[in-house]
Amino acid sequence: MKIKLSKGFDLKLAGGIDAGAVAEIKAEICAVVPDDYPGFVPKADVREGDTVEKGSVLMHDKLQPHLCLVSPVSGTVRAVVRGERRKILRVEVTNDHMDKSRRFDTASPLMQLLGQSGLLAMMRTRPYDTVPDASVRPRDIFVNGLDTAPLAVDPSGLLGPDAAAALQAGVKALKTLTDGKVYLTTGPGWTLGEVPGAENVQVQGPHPAGAVSFQIAAIEPVDKGETVWTLGVDTLYGIGRLMLDGTVDTTVTVAVTGPEVEKPGFVRTVRGVRLDAILRNNIKNDGRNKRIISGNVLTGVAEGMDGWLRAPWRQVTVIAEGDDVDEFMGWASVSPSKLSVNRALPLRGLRRLFAPDARLNGGRRAMIMSGEYDRVFPADILPEYLIKAIISRNIDDMEALGIYEVAPEDFALCEFVDTSKLPLQQIVRDGLDYLRKELN
Amino acid sequence: MKKLRNILDKVEPHFKPGGRLSALGSVYDGFETFLFTPRSTSAAATAVHIHDAMDSKRAMIIVVLALMPCFLFGMYNTAYQHWLAAGATEFPFLTMMLYGLLAILPKVVVCYAVGLGIEFAVAQMRREEIQEGFLVSGILIPMICPIETPLWMIAVATAFSVIFAKEVFGGTGFNIFNVALVARAFLFFAYPAQMSGDDVFVATGTMLGVGPAIADAFTCATPLGQIASSTGVPAAITGVGSEAVSTWQAFVGLIPGSFGETSKLCILIGAAVLLLSGIGSWRIMLSVFGGALAMGWLANVCATPTYPASYLSAVDQLLYGGLAFAAVFMATDPVTGCRTRTGQVVYGALIGVIAVIIRTYNNGYPEGAMLAVLLMNAFASLIDWCVVRANISRRRARLTAKTSRS
Repeated sequence: MKIKLSKGFDLKLAGGIDAGAVAEIKAEICAVVPDDYPGFVPKADVREGDTVEKGSVLMHDKLQPHLCLVSPVSGTVRAVVRGERRKILRVEVTNDHMDKSRRFDTASPLMQLLGQSGLLAMMRTRPYDTVPDASVRPRDIFVNGLDTAPLAVDPSGLLGPDAAAALQAGVKALKTLTDGKVYLTTGPGWTLGEVPGAENVQVQGPHPAGAVSFQIAAIEPVDKGETVWTLGVDTLYGIGRLMLDGTVDTTVTVAVTGPEVEKPGFVRTVRGVRLDAILRNNIKNDGRNKRIISGNVLTGVAEGMDGWLRAPWRQVTVIAEGDDVDEFMGWASVSPSKLSVNRALPLRGLRRLFAPDARLNGGRRAMIMSGEYDRVFPADILPEYLIKAIISRNIDDMEALGIYEVAPEDFALCEFVDTSKLPLQQIVRDGLDYLRKELN
Repeated sequence: MKKLRNILDKVEPHFKPGGRLSALGSVYDGFETFLFTPRSTSAAATAVHIHDAMDSKRAMIIVVLALMPCFLFGMYNTAYQHWLAAGATEFPFLTMMLYGLLAILPKVVVCYAVGLGIEFAVAQMRREEIQEGFLVSGILIPMICPIETPLWMIAVATAFSVIFAKEVFGGTGFNIFNVALVARAFLFFAYPAQMSGDDVFVATGTMLGVGPAIADAFTCATPLGQIASSTGVPAAITGVGSEAVSTWQAFVGLIPGSFGETSKLCILIGAAVLLLSGIGSWRIMLSVFGGALAMGWLANVCATPTYPASYLSAVDQLLYGGLAFAAVFMATDPVTGCRTRTGQVVYGALIGVIAVIIRTYNNGYPEGAMLAVLLMNAFASLIDWCVVRANISRRRARLTAKTSRS
């Protein structure tokens, strides 16, 4: 099957990766951040000083006790960091470099296996974009095998050894979880061929074609009352490894990208690694304030040098923060170095690659310009009206306008192009949380 | 620039809450963000980290730029009509431009002073940033008024419009009706004697001694005014010097009319600027012209002496009056117009049709573009509502099909 998503825009940023050499980096400390798993209410299973293996349970969900987050390395629990009202912010683990892995019995029920190994928590649902509810059988499962975000590399290149066999084993396992199909969407950069057992779908188009909601909308949209699960191809690989080896593979290959990175390239390390291990000596020393992003510039999380490689990211991007710049009458500038999708900046075509900073480039306004979101939203949904319904907390309109089909990340490019600089992803996240609370 | 930045940094504390000038905080903020791009960056969590270089300041300024050809031509034409009325045979370009500038400048200044004054005060009351919406309205209002409109009327109309058409609804982005057109409509209905008729569209006085003097009381109606007041089949349209007006003159704009609306050539240049920069909606512009041509053709086919304007050809309907100006600069206002793509086509076409209907079949109103746009402003949300319902029905049909299958 082939689908083509035509609306959208590829943002061309400097700091992409040309060469494929992979640097090995030993992680000293790793962290698991429960906030990366929307809908997951953490309860700690370990205390400071406990010894853990790779794959040992660190936290479980209060509502679904079999849904767990696991340790990416073997070692000792360094800290359980809590915030307001004792909410768990993260669990840090010191690596003892012994690489002791917890063994799983692959004959036990699959759902229990996925929950215990932390792989179920890596999946998301439509509606609501949360961790799955294991009691609901999904209509279909969508495995997303392409990433069109700025500076992202094709996920097929980031998988571990023996990927084809692992993917096949993963698909075989997932097929027992649904009565529908297991779809695997791939982009032009996919190198692993068709995966037997899955419904292989080739996706064409500019960003946000890599956002799984738009792929689902083009293949078979989610309606009220239906649930589908989505996961990245790296999670599928993880499931396959678990089925084949009986252990959790927490090794990740991370793309280090961005205009403020000295030498963009790949590093091989583990999930949740502290970012200074990856970025040390690799950030441009040009005196500008930096924004270090775990993920891509559109949907990633801003972290400091002492931040963490957050889930589910396999990419780190460094851009300039821009809060140290005084730009005189920036709104009138037609400098070709300004990144825009608008023809109102006539010289933007002169530049091939851009190095934008994190400034809003304007002030927050009410919605003024019309049709901006439509240009970058490749689905039969009216994004502007959906956003308005969410802001006004009108549940009937939200349902009618298709809130069950979307996730915050789908609005990232809308948020980028928005002349009024509205925080659309936050609006959608709040709306989904509100809806889930009201309806469940 | 560094010096300017330093000055701003130095005076900034006075404008912050608790400072001596904190009552002018919004004004300071407005000037600062105008001079320097704000340093504020994306929120750390769950937000995009980069933003498009486009902002609403840029959008508004591009509209003002697109209006400039019409504005400059308006200066020339104001003087040209005056020179004609004085019976001059020589037309000194620079003197005429000076005359035109002196004629329009006080109106622009008054309009901006009143409008921005209210905007600043309201922004301060609401503790908000000053918004740039009035940059466009402030130049539009003088351009759509007759040149002889008294300054106090412009001040009253601007104040009425900014307060009652915009700020009571919540400010820029929330208004239902086009602010500039509400000001024009206010003048039209509050002071009909001064706003229409034969003696307001040509400047008659000298400007600070610039320009030839006109001895007698002078009158000349706009082309549409002449047609509306004619009985039976209208005679040829005449200009100030009582000579016939050619189609070319009407296209270039050397005819009496409101300050900025006469030159179709300059309006087309403005339209090109708006379309090339992607600020204006081509769907709206095109469908207004399409609707007006269709209705103009229909009216012309069924021409009757009861309604003299029905003798105008479809193209003449576009060449005379403010329809073209309204299509390019008024109907395309994204806040008061339709926001869905399908809606924009319907909205534009109806504006064109209704404008021609009003000016043809209501002899009391020689011009219908203003009323047509205002009327459709009121219906824009309804049209969008229908388009949104269509999307909702598609989704619902999908669900029904699915449940009936299983």
